[in-house]
Amino acid sequence: MAEVVATNETIVVVGGGISGMTAALEAAECGKDVVLIEKNPSLGGRVAQLYKYFPKLCRPTCGQEINQRRLKVNPRIKVLTMAEVEAVSGQAGDYSITVNQSPRFVNEKCTACGACSSAVTSEIANPFDYNLSKTKAAYLPFDMAYPQQYVIDPSIVGTEEGEKAKAACSVGAIDLEMEAETINLKAGAIIWATGWKPYDAGNIQPYGYDRFLNVVTSVEFERMMDPKGPTAGKLVRPSDGAEAKSIAFIQCAGSRDRNHLTHCSRICCMATLKQTTYLTEQFGEQSEAEATIYYIDIRAIDRFEEFYNRVQEDEKVSFVKSKVAYIAEDKASGNPILHGVDTEGYNRYAAEHDLVVLAIGMEPSVDINALTSEISTDASGFIQLDEENGAFFGAGCSTNPLDVNRAVQSATAAALRAIQVVNQISRAEAA
Amino acid sequence: MGSTNTAKVDRYKNNFLKEVEENVEEGDWVRMCMQCGVCAGSCPLGPHWDHPPQEIFMMIRAGKRDEVLASDSMWMCTSCYNCIVRCPRELPITHIMHGLANYAHRLGVAHQENPTRRFAQMFWNNVTKTGRANELKISLGLYFMDGFMNGIKKSLAMKKIGIGMFMTGRLDPFGLVQGRGCKGSGDIDKMLKKAFEIEDHRKGYNS
Repeated sequence: MAEVVATNETIVVVGGGISGMTAALEAAECGKDVVLIEKNPSLGGRVAQLYKYFPKLCRPTCGQEINQRRLKVNPRIKVLTMAEVEAVSGQAGDYSITVNQSPRFVNEKCTACGACSSAVTSEIANPFDYNLSKTKAAYLPFDMAYPQQYVIDPSIVGTEEGEKAKAACSVGAIDLEMEAETINLKAGAIIWATGWKPYDAGNIQPYGYDRFLNVVTSVEFERMMDPKGPTAGKLVRPSDGAEAKSIAFIQCAGSRDRNHLTHCSRICCMATLKQTTYLTEQFGEQSEAEATIYYIDIRAIDRFEEFYNRVQEDEKVSFVKSKVAYIAEDKASGNPILHGVDTEGYNRYAAEHDLVVLAIGMEPSVDINALTSEISTDASGFIQLDEENGAFFGAGCSTNPLDVNRAVQSATAAALRAIQVVNQISRAEAA
Repeated sequence: MGSTNTAKVDRYKNNFLKEVEENVEEGDWVRMCMQCGVCAGSCPLGPHWDHPPQEIFMMIRAGKRDEVLASDSMWMCTSCYNCIVRCPRELPITHIMHGLANYAHRLGVAHQENPTRRFAQMFWNNVTKTGRANELKISLGLYFMDGFMNGIKKSLAMKKIGIGMFMTGRLDPFGLVQGRGCKGSGDIDKMLKKAFEIEDHRKGYNS
């Protein structure tokens, strides 16, 4: 492991998703020293797992490419992957951070040739596909992983499989003796870009995510469209692999609900509207595929109203103003049957579909208060902008449920705040 | 009772929501409903009544006083609590429904034929008379509620249970002529009278 030099003029960014990358790059391109800490083996975060962005329906790959290019050429950013913050102490302008880094068992010599992966046979659940698929125990997290370095899963270290992987490597990049490390860092300011995670759909008992195979979450649905995803880009039912031509989307799955997340997750309406366009993409204009959106009210925030209008004009998409009460399953066909009463006429329905997609809510991915008590959060655990926070700044979805565009804005704002703190320090030290 | 109804109409004019908020138990929750429909879809008796809870709440807000108070919906509630458990805003829907039923009843405008309401009234009359439920009278009253022939049929159908209750001392065969009361049933009368007095005073009912 290369030395990490950090002083109280360094900005530490925790989390290497789109927000963390943006905050780190903005600060570094302003001439500040930055350490970027990511717990996964690759940067990219949840954005890398998306098939397409709304509203332009472009792939996230081009944005990632630009950011990775900026990272590669910037000597001021030090990236630590597979690293997690264990403790943090001190005050604004003088923080001490303890970071635990797990062993990757692959060093910088890796050329990402893939020989180790071909050499091993054991497989592990693939977190990049929300565990819907398997990957080799010697793996590249995903095609656009940064750094482009393979990872050896600890489960094969010390086994014959591990030795096979090592033998297959022609550049000597595999080091099975690698151990966990503790790294102590200094920082003037810390940007928490710790992001979000999908709410645990199994908690929504009436929707049967834990019981019915053909009930999936919106993040899983997103992975299904990826040609390299768990279904090789096919919209098929998990139960029998049949094409899912009648798809129900349930909004506010876990959000705006005092039994689950009290807040509105804000992006789910747009995510669903976007996902309805996948049907035409997948099955063609002339197909009989249809999407039904069950909603309380559609919150296509500000300028996305146009996108909403466009989807409303699509004959394949229908809207039912009703929060589904519960889902049952037709045992023979495996079809989910949605039960509820709509609000426009109070009609009782029992609607059968091929597949149900839960537009799952967003919650903070880490409990920041467990790490430090000196940061103020709202009732849902999102980081607040508060002078009491010292030089702790939230960025992206650690502060709010945000779409990519707003997450990037939030990250740039956080970078600017952190820059102001370290500028004050350097001025004070120069005086 | 009719005069109470008129007094309430005069007092609240067209603001039925306010009337519900001030008079119905847990009525101040009604405005919190966001019309998602989970309660209606979760109700096991949903298909069998006039209006699902979410519609009742909207009707209250729309000022449909007569339709709400005369609805059979709140009388059909079996207190399964499915709606309360699932309501995203934690409205105490079961309690509101019972509150509405009680209010409509006290105003004398409640649904007339609803069997649940008729049974509730029968049970109340029975148990307040002596302070103890007279099983024989209640059962027979319930069976014969819809006519003599129906009563005979139902009584015969329930014969086995009746004999079982008699054998275990749960059913007094002389109950029809002389029911067992409790000691001091006069005091029960006094307590109930006082309770009504307090409620009438607090809620502005004319007994």
